[in-house]
Amino acid sequence: MGAMFRSEEMALCQLFIQPEAAYTSVSELGEAGSVQFRDLNPDVNAFQRKFVNEVRRCDEMERKLRYIEAEVHKDGVHVPEVKEPPRAPNPREIIDLEAHLEKTENEILELSHNAVNLKQNYLELTELKHVLEKTEAFFIAQEEIGMDSLTKSLISDEAGGQQAATRGRLGFVAGVVQRERVPAFERMLWRISRGNVFLRRAELDKPLEDPTSGNEIYKTVFVAFFQGEQLKSRIKKVCTGFHASLYPCPPSNTERQDMVKGVRTRLEDLNMVLNQTRDHRQRVLVSVAKELASWSIMVRKMKAIYHTLNLFNMDVTKKCLIGECWVPTADLPNVQKALADGSNACGSSIPSFLNCIETDEEPPTFNRTNRFTRGFQTLIDSYGVSSYRECNPALYTIITFPFLFAVMFGDLGHGCIMAMFGAWMVLKEVSLAAKKSNNEIWNIFFAGRYIILLMGCFSMYTGLVYNDIFSKSMNIFGSAWFVPYDNETLEKNPSFTLDPKASYINKPYFIGIDPIWQSADNKIIFLNSYKMKLSIIFGVIHMIFGVCMSVVNYNFFKRRYSIILEFVPQIVFLCLLFLYMVFMMFYKWISYSTFATDEAYKQGCAPSVLILFINMMLFSSNEPEPGCKEFMFDSQGTVQRVFVLVALCCIPIMLLGKPLYLLSASKKKHNKPEHSNGSVNQGIEMQEQTDISEAGQTQATPAKPAPHSHEDEPFSEIMIHQAIHTIEYVLSTISHTASYLRLWALSLAHAELSEVLWDMVLAFGLRDPTYVGGIKLYVAFCFWALFTLAILVMMEGLSAFLHTLRLHWVEFMSKFFSGLGYIFQPFCFKTILENNDEE
Amino acid sequence: MGASFVPITVFTVLWGIVGIVCPIFAPKGPNRGIIQVVLMLTAATCWLFWLCAYMAQMNPLIGPRLSNDTLIWIAHTWGNPLEAGTK
Repeated sequence: MGAMFRSEEMALCQLFIQPEAAYTSVSELGEAGSVQFRDLNPDVNAFQRKFVNEVRRCDEMERKLRYIEAEVHKDGVHVPEVKEPPRAPNPREIIDLEAHLEKTENEILELSHNAVNLKQNYLELTELKHVLEKTEAFFIAQEEIGMDSLTKSLISDEAGGQQAATRGRLGFVAGVVQRERVPAFERMLWRISRGNVFLRRAELDKPLEDPTSGNEIYKTVFVAFFQGEQLKSRIKKVCTGFHASLYPCPPSNTERQDMVKGVRTRLEDLNMVLNQTRDHRQRVLVSVAKELASWSIMVRKMKAIYHTLNLFNMDVTKKCLIGECWVPTADLPNVQKALADGSNACGSSIPSFLNCIETDEEPPTFNRTNRFTRGFQTLIDSYGVSSYRECNPALYTIITFPFLFAVMFGDLGHGCIMAMFGAWMVLKEVSLAAKKSNNEIWNIFFAGRYIILLMGCFSMYTGLVYNDIFSKSMNIFGSAWFVPYDNETLEKNPSFTLDPKASYINKPYFIGIDPIWQSADNKIIFLNSYKMKLSIIFGVIHMIFGVCMSVVNYNFFKRRYSIILEFVPQIVFLCLLFLYMVFMMFYKWISYSTFATDEAYKQGCAPSVLILFINMMLFSSNEPEPGCKEFMFDSQGTVQRVFVLVALCCIPIMLLGKPLYLLSASKKKHNKPEHSNGSVNQGIEMQEQTDISEAGQTQATPAKPAPHSHEDEPFSEIMIHQAIHTIEYVLSTISHTASYLRLWALSLAHAELSEVLWDMVLAFGLRDPTYVGGIKLYVAFCFWALFTLAILVMMEGLSAFLHTLRLHWVEFMSKFFSGLGYIFQPFCFKTILENNDEE
Repeated sequence: MGASFVPITVFTVLWGIVGIVCPIFAPKGPNRGIIQVVLMLTAATCWLFWLCAYMAQMNPLIGPRLSNDTLIWIAHTWGNPLEAGTK
């Protein structure tokens, strides 16, 4: 059978691994990625497990890696991607790796520490330089005043001497403060000195770099002049309060000049040293960056291995580790090989071995998918994971999903756009997948690229059959209608209804709907009747298909009684009522004609299928038109009555058949209970003998009687379940059939919307034959194209997608799908690394 | 019966090839079953879809209602034998 027909067979296996080979074996298993380990010590706290220390070491290494990575990113060094992800390191290499990481971290730490020190130094010197340079201006200004006073002193020597004396006692402090603090600083100085401080300030044009954080800060140089020691100490206190750094500033001009010179040379030296450190750091980081990606992969793998080993159990003799895992039976040879490789890698003499054990537990569901089928499987899994080995609806969804979508979305043009988008994603698959976008919407589209491609292709086909391309029709094969009137008649009457008898060539259009309907006023009446019938036909066939799938399940799970007691009445019920309605539709299409010779089969006599069906259900009848017959064929009334009665008879079989059968079966079982109990016990004992004692215990605990089968439930519960199931089924046949009418409704909505868009927007641009019309058309086309993409393809596509999803999840899958399984999550490095990347 | 032999044969044979002959020659491998199911379902759905559209028009019970402009245009461009009836 096909690969996706049902989920793969799984086996519960026990692994016996030598402790020294455990690490390498699990590493091999992680590379193979086909086992799901079970936790054998669920009661043990996470901190008391065996390999906690190793996990901690890995955490520590991860922390270091994160630090190094942050440093590398801070300096903008490019981290190259790894081509071939490295394998998990050997236990011996772990120590090397750890030491290496430690060394690198320390080196980078020291380097950044040194750099901070140097930068601090550099900052101070720059500030000093600025202070000296800026204060120069103040002092020169002051000296000019001094010169003034000197000239004054020529006039009045006494006064001049007095002034010189005052000036001599004028002290000052110079420093740098952050710019945003200046106003507060100034106000504070004013207050403490009661206005006796004279503050001059000059802003630094260039921002300075904060040595620890690397941020830019704007600062201002200030000089505060004051009088008296007391005030000086107060000012200094204020300065420390405002984090202003004070710098010594010699009062005399020559000293200042010397100092500036000295500071400049020192700055140059320091700059050189700083550059050298920066280069060195760059070199170190570049060399680290080359290894960084592979290191982090190695550490992540190691951590995953130790986490897995924590799920293992230690043998009492401490001579081997025991693990339990689910393995797809098809992968057992791979697992064996991985184990052998693992023990070879560490040179262990005793091989590890794998032992499949019997279990009553429900194994996980594993559907092997490829990139084509994955999207469809995800659609099904997002509703519910199918039970173990249950029939997988995803296989049929590959075609039915795009097809039902296309019935609603049918338009050659829109389908073409969608198919091109899908094809582009499929063709560029490799390069697009490598980009790894974080855009969630894009990722959803990309994951469903094959679905989109198929939906587009099917929409093109249905569009061709609907004869819709951007709401216009194509007359490729020649319309089946012709105009039977002459010019005079045409001119006299504004509109005509073509009579099929006179103007139809009695051969339908070759493929799809005749193009003449596109421009007809009564197009909707014709299309409604066609599309409604179409939806019911496909809906009923889809549902019958679903009901038939349940046979496969009953047969596989050895519930053959259900085929007769559940499937047969269900299918009979569905066929006699709804397939019969479909039959009536086809019969009406074939037998009623304008060219019919029998008066009763002329067009005026065609009965409504829906009214016939309702009458059939209600056992009522309508009086036919004169000359017509109520029914389509003779004895239809009798046939219908029999059908309804048989269908009604099916309901009690559905309701009572299975519970009564189970009741009688359980009675039979109770007559000879010793035998069955004995065999169960025997089975457990046998296994305890063969396996190592502890393994036997662990396996005995989950061997509780699993309440999966209905046979163990009390009769009342089975009865209630069956009653619910029956009512649901009977009602659902009606409601689900009606639900398929959404195929018609959405298809109609889509066609109408695209027609409205054409008439309202694009036709506006097409009407004007002048030059202005060209511009109008340009603008109109822009809007038309925009709305076509945004509303008709995107929004309508989305809504059709959701409706199709519902038709599959509810209408189709409810007929056979139980979906009680849980998904198989293998221990696989690839998925672990991908998940980490997403975080 | 307004059915014509050619289209029914063409489409039945076309989708018959896709749905019955192609699955026999599906490439061997683990995905053979999937390819077969895909081909068969495609053929079945597409054939039935076409058939419904065809049968719905085989015996039209109503005719299209058209304005006289459209009718004149149709008569001219689609090459109907309207000219015979002109005065």
